[in-house]
Amino acid sequence: MTAAVTLTADAAPAPRRNRTWGKLKKNKSAMVGGFVVVAFIIIALLAPILPIPDPTLTDWGKIRLAPSAEHWMGTDEIGRDILSRMVWGARASLMAGVISVLIAMAVGVPLGVIAGYFGGWTDQIIARATDALLAMPFLILAIALAAFLGPSLTNAMIAIGLSAVPIFIRLTRGQVLSVKTEDYVEGARAIGLGHTRIMSHYILPNVFPPILVQATLTIATAIIAEAALSFLGLGQQAPQPSWGSMLATARNFLSQAPWMALWPGAAIFMVVMGFNLLGDGLRDALDPKEN
Amino acid sequence: MTDPILTTKDLHKRFITGSGLVGASTTIHAVNGVSLSVNKGETFAIVGESGCGKSTLARLLLRLLDPTEGEVVYDGQDLTKLPAGEMRKLRSQMQFIFQDPFSSLNPRMTVEAIVGEPLLIHTKLNRKERREKVADLLRKVGLRPDYADRYPHEFSGGQRQRICVARALASGPKLLIGDEPVSALDVSVQAQIVNLLEDLKDDFGLTLIIIAHDLSVIRHMADRVAVMYLGEVVELATTEELFQSPRHPYTRALLTAIPVPMPGGRGPMAALGGDIPSPANPPSGCKFHTRCPHATDICKTTHPALDTAGAHQTACHHWQDLPAMGADAVATAPRSAATEARFALYREAASKAANQ
Repeated sequence: MTAAVTLTADAAPAPRRNRTWGKLKKNKSAMVGGFVVVAFIIIALLAPILPIPDPTLTDWGKIRLAPSAEHWMGTDEIGRDILSRMVWGARASLMAGVISVLIAMAVGVPLGVIAGYFGGWTDQIIARATDALLAMPFLILAIALAAFLGPSLTNAMIAIGLSAVPIFIRLTRGQVLSVKTEDYVEGARAIGLGHTRIMSHYILPNVFPPILVQATLTIATAIIAEAALSFLGLGQQAPQPSWGSMLATARNFLSQAPWMALWPGAAIFMVVMGFNLLGDGLRDALDPKEN
Repeated sequence: MTDPILTTKDLHKRFITGSGLVGASTTIHAVNGVSLSVNKGETFAIVGESGCGKSTLARLLLRLLDPTEGEVVYDGQDLTKLPAGEMRKLRSQMQFIFQDPFSSLNPRMTVEAIVGEPLLIHTKLNRKERREKVADLLRKVGLRPDYADRYPHEFSGGQRQRICVARALASGPKLLIGDEPVSALDVSVQAQIVNLLEDLKDDFGLTLIIIAHDLSVIRHMADRVAVMYLGEVVELATTEELFQSPRHPYTRALLTAIPVPMPGGRGPMAALGGDIPSPANPPSGCKFHTRCPHATDICKTTHPALDTAGAHQTACHHWQDLPAMGADAVATAPRSAATEARFALYREAASKAANQ
């Protein structure tokens, strides 16, 4: 077996995981996006220990104050500190973004895998239902579901999550259809594996990268959707803060206190842009064709 | 040598394509009435042009595809009637090696997980025992055991095919089917894998079924050869007999197409005109009659059955008459004057060189 030993002696390229990270690191806009996202997550996590006032504490002597040393971002129409409400509102927005996407993936990815893997009638039923749901605009669907479930942040997350399910079904199904034809899937059957193990060990890991990219981009959409639902009063309920409901209130005072709308608007813009940049970067980094 | 491990009886596989609401569907008859039997311990080869149904046949033999008709008997059990659970258990005894080692390994699994997976599902070995067995298998196929933690993309084509072989051997199979196991590899690596398969066949007491279109590989490895044309076996014989005295005109044409690494060393090419007909619309009678230089009226109307009486089986109306018909002469396309002149120059130079 000397031939074999010389054959195997050549150097192997770096594992895929490191390559992906290396490519992501070189992508400046993705790193900026990642930094913004991480910064907001840290701020949201630190909310209880930051030296800020209670976000629901009202002070009738200090209504609609402009930004100052005492209130960095000013106060709102009933004298609550906007900085504090922004920090606590970040929790609602980010949680809504992440949890609703997790819900969408938990429902959509398995359905997509099942539809693509088994094909036939199973696929027909799932794919047609997906097409029907995709025909409805995402936000309209989310609003309808949230209205049906009743106004609360939890219900808003469920509504947004369910509205995003068809996106994940369709993406996953398409990926599965292409992975399914690979020899290693047939090879898995040839060694005697059952459907469950083939789906969990062969299909899912190989369709995951594009799903991850889609998830990052969908978080951005979900944050906007949560803001929209809260703006309409279907999301976070008063007096708890969320960026969307803060915008909704600020709309009434645009001429007297424009900063009330500026901060939540800017925060939504930055987080959404952060997730989008990160998602685009991930897509490029995970694409094996680009080196 | 008459102890069959795998027998097929009148095996058919039809694929129906293009069946929609509008437009007629086409039926592709990929495998058409194949009956053969593979003996324990032999190397059985199946050859044919691409599109002749040999890969479909390989998948039918392991029931990776369900046949439309016919049966596949392995060790006394008809695989086509076996329930799914039983079939999965039986798969430990029969393994498959794919043509393309770049798409036949899961890129998200380490070599250890890939090679150890059959052990995980077919044996009760614990993690440590599996690790040892994997290291052992890697050594047997000529890979270093410390490669176990790497991923498939870190290996070359030949190394990957060795990983595939190790995985196929893990469950202790009795039957190994290779679907063109070396044709995607470099020629030098091909030889290594062929030798590896032969060594392992002796070590493990395997029965090998090799699908190929490369006749030199087959001549080297196989004990018996079945030649396929458009989903049918047209000739089946021991390798020696097939190469020495081919009977079917298609086999003759295939054999004369083997390249020889010396100018003029090969006999004149047999002219095999035209392309392989579409399996969706196969010719009547003998399916080879559209390209056969000896076809007569009976070939166009009557389908010749494979004469299964002897060891050398042929499906041709005229094989006994072919030598009398001057088969080789008729099948020969004349070389052009320019080529003949070049060959004359070459022979002259060669004889001068030999005399010095």
